[in-house]
Amino acid sequence: MTQDDHHRHHHDHGGEHDRHNAPPSDVALRVKAIESLLTEKGLIVPEALDAIIETYENKVGPRNGARVVARAWTDPAYRQRLLENSTAAIAELGYGGVQGEDMVVVENTPDVHNMVVCTLCSCYPWPTLGLPPNWYKSAPYRSRSVIDPRGVLKEFGIEIPETTEVRVWDSNAELRYFVLPMRPAGSEGLDEEQLAELVTRDSMIGTGLPKVPAGRAL
Amino acid sequence: MNGIHDMGGMHGWGPIVTDEDERYFHEPWQARVFGLFFGGFAGGHFNVDMLRHEIEKMSPQDYLSTSYYEHWLHAMEALFIADGTLTRAQIEQRMAELKGAH
Repeated sequence: MTQDDHHRHHHDHGGEHDRHNAPPSDVALRVKAIESLLTEKGLIVPEALDAIIETYENKVGPRNGARVVARAWTDPAYRQRLLENSTAAIAELGYGGVQGEDMVVVENTPDVHNMVVCTLCSCYPWPTLGLPPNWYKSAPYRSRSVIDPRGVLKEFGIEIPETTEVRVWDSNAELRYFVLPMRPAGSEGLDEEQLAELVTRDSMIGTGLPKVPAGRAL
Repeated sequence: MNGIHDMGGMHGWGPIVTDEDERYFHEPWQARVFGLFFGGFAGGHFNVDMLRHEIEKMSPQDYLSTSYYEHWLHAMEALFIADGTLTRAQIEQRMAELKGAH
């Protein structure tokens, strides 16, 4: 720690101190302090936090949403239920809970391309897509999606024909949107599991398209 | 309420950076903050709306100069203090103790 102390001392004057020593070390220390106090008071159990972190890091993620999409592509009755009562239809596959209590699925068609943003912060359907990617929480995406969606889509490498309407859905604390992308051409004959492999995270946010089946170039 | 968080339609933020490290948590403390949110939520100390409201009340300078999970940390700390669970002095003291222990 001698190195650190030296560095600290060197910069320990006025504003310099804040800039050089606040994040990240003081932030980490602050978090540790709060966790240890809450643990002492019996209000949290560190192992329970470990389990939650492990769940969201490794178990919940866009593969869940991909299964929902693949089911909708193969089962017209399910697709109907998904569009009419999204939360219940998603729960049929076992997904629900925190940040997915009120889901609205919006369907892409040749006439309409949907994309989702949360201009205010980072609202995102955790049970089906996991935690949001960093760009989703960033100022450039939040600010520009609602005024220049086609420009944003171009940055993601997709160009939507002028004849297709682009609809932008601003998620909020009450409603979480989820895009049902169009089933790609050339995917006839694939089973549900194979179809789910084609569904990317970004295709369910609306900033991407599903993958084209291998060996079936358009 | 409006404020700096209300970013829809603002100009000048530049291109979207997507080719970054996509791990959810880049530092262990970020994951702990995420976990603490569940602890506070499950313990009935606050709900998502209260957390969001605290973040929205941050000054524009603080909001823009701190990272995403620092926003959460700021809000949780304020809420744990507001409901009497913790005091600022306790937190500062514990930080000093932890620092001393290193």
